[in-house]
Amino acid sequence: MSNLRIAALAGLTAVFIALPFFVPIYFMHLVIQILLWAFIYTAWSLMGRFGFVSFGHGAFMGVGAYVPALLWNYYDVTPWLGIPVAVALSAVLAVVIGYPCFRLKVVGHYFALVTLALSQVVLLSLVAAREITGGSLGFTIRTVGHSWYALQFPEKIYFYGIALVIWLIGILAWQRIDHGIGREALEAISEDEDAAASIGINVLREKLRVTIVSAALTALGGAIYGQYIMYLNPESVSGIAVSLQIVFAAILGGVYSMLGPTIGSIFTLSLTEGLRVWFGTNFIGAANTIYGVLLVLCIIFMPQGIVGRLQGIKLWRRAPVKPAAAE
Amino acid sequence: MDLYLVEAIINGILLGGVLALLALGLNLIFGVIDVVWIAYADIVMCGMYVIYFLYASYGVPLPLAFLIAIVAMAGFGMLVHILIISPVLNSAPINQLLATGGLLFFLQSFATLLFGTDFRNIGVRLPVLEVGSVYISFSRLIAFGVGLVGAIVLYVFLKRTYIGTAIRAIAQDRDIIGLMGVDQRRIYLVTSAIGGALAGLAACLLALQYDVHPYIGNTFGPVIFMICVLGGLGNMIGGFIASFIISQIISIGGYYSSTELAYVFAFGFFIVLMFIRPRGLFAR
Repeated sequence: MSNLRIAALAGLTAVFIALPFFVPIYFMHLVIQILLWAFIYTAWSLMGRFGFVSFGHGAFMGVGAYVPALLWNYYDVTPWLGIPVAVALSAVLAVVIGYPCFRLKVVGHYFALVTLALSQVVLLSLVAAREITGGSLGFTIRTVGHSWYALQFPEKIYFYGIALVIWLIGILAWQRIDHGIGREALEAISEDEDAAASIGINVLREKLRVTIVSAALTALGGAIYGQYIMYLNPESVSGIAVSLQIVFAAILGGVYSMLGPTIGSIFTLSLTEGLRVWFGTNFIGAANTIYGVLLVLCIIFMPQGIVGRLQGIKLWRRAPVKPAAAE
Repeated sequence: MDLYLVEAIINGILLGGVLALLALGLNLIFGVIDVVWIAYADIVMCGMYVIYFLYASYGVPLPLAFLIAIVAMAGFGMLVHILIISPVLNSAPINQLLATGGLLFFLQSFATLLFGTDFRNIGVRLPVLEVGSVYISFSRLIAFGVGLVGAIVLYVFLKRTYIGTAIRAIAQDRDIIGLMGVDQRRIYLVTSAIGGALAGLAACLLALQYDVHPYIGNTFGPVIFMICVLGGLGNMIGGFIASFIISQIISIGGYYSSTELAYVFAFGFFIVLMFIRPRGLFAR
């Protein structure tokens, strides 16, 4: 890690730690959401940066959000147990989809569309099981007030701390993969799978590993998000809409840099909230309209994202990795 | 055999006609330009809004409203190509997918901004036919018929006209075609226009059966991609057959369980088949 990156990370962390002492309660809510989504976007970019574009992260997030909530409401299982179960289930789901995909070299468009189908399967299953999940009406987590056992805190400051910690976990995971031997291997795979295999890289294992980590972290993010919001809706935690939101915010921020997805989260959520506050609910689609235009422009003019672009200007470190050409 | 099951099977066949039309447009664009328009179903949504406003708000006669919608969507298809696709034509395929994904976000939110999230219906009620003791919706029958005719017309167009031949040639080898004196950009534009027009035509058929709202694309979009991939992206006949397989799964699955579970079966079938035949059902 270069000094500049350490400085950027330390600076951002310091700002996040100082925030609760200065900002009103409404902004705390916004910042918590920014951190949680930043974590999920970072988790996605662990795969996305190597050209494995998954449209299925809505599925992992949905599993993460619903499993602990259902276990708590119906069986009184503490989220401390429920969350690991959800993360494990998500990892299993990642293997069930990932293993055959990687084995049979389902890549590029095909991988994106298979994972898209996965996120629809989870969404529609949640809707179909309406006796248990409440279907499209959503699902409210049973409240017990302030409780560590139930992982429920009416005061924002607790979730702020939790969000900050898991965001840092996401950044650390990114660091580990960025610095591990795996990164070289994965970059080689994203350039040319057969060539990578020919120099002795275990393509299947490398891809599967990063997919499992990415899916597990996304489930963790979904679980904490669910615990924080306390109300789950299939449309808002799973399905194609959430998957696309994850993909685009991460790409907008920049998937080739450590803080890119975080910047993407800060940018998109601030934009949404800002427009909502300024224009009121009459302009309910305004934020996403601007967002959509920005995305198209971004992909045309700076596929490396906001942070990637800045790095390019400053000649910060090594040249940004080229967008991986997936077949 | 159970009458309701017969009805489900017939409805499945009828649904397949519309899906086939949608898959055809998407497949044509993929086969020729090599880009997946992930916002394709949302272009259909735009067409449905055009019809709704022309017919229900301004009193334009329905056939004229249909015609205008088809022409408008053809123009829109060209616009999409010029503004969004051509700048990323040489980027990684996944970036092209994402650029049209941005368009999807834009169209859905812009429609929400302009029209709100209300469900709107053009208010045309077509009769229900009774054949024996089985009820068949007339609007579905029309949709099926038009879908089939559209497919046949497109087929003849591709086989018999100069531009059609050029389009097929470009789909086979895009590098050599320039040497044959064919203007690639013009063919791309024509293809985008046809793709848009097919979306407009589908919009006419869907407007007769469904309410229009900004997120209707999410209902059809994923199913159409699935069909195209199952049939083999770019393989029009494959897509045509896959439409009927998927529509039967949805329809019969819906009969035995719920609509959502039927879609879960369809998506599950798709995922499993991708593992058995990763390049589509009919890949050689």
